Amino acid sequence: MAIRQLSVFAENKNGALYEITKSLAAARIDIRAFSIADTANFGVLRMLVKEPTKAAQVLSENGNIVSVDDVVGVKIPDIAGGLSDILRITTAKNISIAYLYAFVSRETGNAYVILRVDNNDHVEEILEAEGCTLLREEDLH
Amino acid sequence: MASYYQKEIETASQEQIRAWQDERLVNTVNHVWNNNEYYRNKMKAAGLEPGDIRSRDDLWKLPFITKDDLREAYPFGLMSAPLSDCVRIHSTSGTTGKRVVAFYTQEDIDLWDDCCARALVAAGATPDDVCQVCYGYGLFTGGFGLNGGSQKVGCLTLPMSSGNTERQLQFMTDLGATILCCTPSYAEYLAESIEEKGMRDQIKLKAGIFGAEAWTEEMRHDIERRLGIKAYDIYGLTELSGPGVAYECEEQTGMHINEDHFIVETIDPETGMVLPEGSRGEIVFTSITKKAFPLLRYRTKDIAILKRGTCSCGRTFVKMSKPMGRSDDMLIIRGVNVFPSQIEEVLLAQGLTSNYQILVDRAGTTDSFEVRVEMTPELFSDKIDSIHKIEADIVGALKDMLGIVAKVSIVEPKSIIRSEGKAVRVIDTRKLY
Repeated sequence: MAIRQLSVFAENKNGALYEITKSLAAARIDIRAFSIADTANFGVLRMLVKEPTKAAQVLSENGNIVSVDDVVGVKIPDIAGGLSDILRITTAKNISIAYLYAFVSRETGNAYVILRVDNNDHVEEILEAEGCTLLREEDLH
Repeated sequence: MASYYQKEIETASQEQIRAWQDERLVNTVNHVWNNNEYYRNKMKAAGLEPGDIRSRDDLWKLPFITKDDLREAYPFGLMSAPLSDCVRIHSTSGTTGKRVVAFYTQEDIDLWDDCCARALVAAGATPDDVCQVCYGYGLFTGGFGLNGGSQKVGCLTLPMSSGNTERQLQFMTDLGATILCCTPSYAEYLAESIEEKGMRDQIKLKAGIFGAEAWTEEMRHDIERRLGIKAYDIYGLTELSGPGVAYECEEQTGMHINEDHFIVETIDPETGMVLPEGSRGEIVFTSITKKAFPLLRYRTKDIAILKRGTCSCGRTFVKMSKPMGRSDDMLIIRGVNVFPSQIEEVLLAQGLTSNYQILVDRAGTTDSFEVRVEMTPELFSDKIDSIHKIEADIVGALKDMLGIVAKVSIVEPKSIIRSEGKAVRVIDTRKLY
């Protein structure tokens, strides 16, 4: 059920980001969600794209270092408290989250949240038990 | 007005020096033949036996000893006295994870102390002096060497080792240190601290003995001006006991080599041919008074020029110039010998087969040391934490291997410059020579 996320290593250097987006654009790959974690010297880009394997290949061939990892996606109502409710659950259940990000969807009334956790199956089970709607990759594209 | 620690020796005639060298070389060759299998085999492989070496004129016949031999012989292979006679080791970096281990009998230490004492007296030290030794104590030879020399001279010796600036300056002023022994960059660092604290007029230093890393005449003048002292150079290697192989006198125009303990040659680093004295070449030393770990024709990889002649100080020992460079790729960073091959070994052990580069610079008084490594797919993670952990693991492994802390930066693949297909491994922007 998990969603495949593409991540890319980018050195903190002028043009690093541009080169990556340029490659994806040339391969006609549309980015659905984009997030970047930065440190002083480098950044890790995380993206949701329609064909993560193809995108990974395109970027690898271009000399980028990439990874495709499974993440958990949840639908939330796009209202005040939507994100907070998810975190209420994960906090109560002591779920360790490496990182998360949220983005609007094409669906009216719903937004999407991506969670990077240690055990995807376990977390998905918990969220579903709490009445959450899990995201599937088809929902994204 | 020159003073000497051992006047008869330091001002001996050339004939006397020659006689000592001939006799002691023969003794040492016999000693290693009789006591050390590695040497015996090396000599046999060269078709030699002790009888072939009758004087220093025959020195050229002996094969060289290099770091490769030391690595092969690690740890006891080149020990030439029984364990029961050896009372200490010191150690320095090898070209790989195998360090160089040097052995000492009590007599070896005694003679080494004499050499350092000569250096101190040449710098003006007397029993009335207070000698602050800020070289590292431990496996490194700097601390113990100058400590031993200082005690022999009779100075009040402050075994400070390096670090803890507050305490260094506190003792320097409270105990009235008059002689300072440390690396040139540490001397600069202390000078800066003294200036910042406005303590210059509390300092009673008159002289300093600086070595363990390359330093220019410019740095010397800077140290002399800032500390109000005369700054003397000293040279040595762990393989030849430590500091005290050669030392400067008040002329400060080169370092007198203790020729009663060492025979020096200059060679062409490519061919190994012995060059006439006065040529620029690689300096090779043969220890002729050591028992536990005498090295015959040890290639230092330091490039220098020998100058024989009269010195106004009265000493008759040949002088060597400051080293002018190296014939290998060894770096000295913060006083520590670093071989790029050691770093390569650490990276390989971490599973990094990627390209790397070493950047060394000196912004203020301390060397900066950075290792840049290209990221690989195996090491990449979408979690920042994991990448930072790899960097930290490399920093830790380098610290264990080298003894100093490097900054580690993981960079994009192909971002490390290649020149004509060969990666540029070391970028050293310090002006040392």
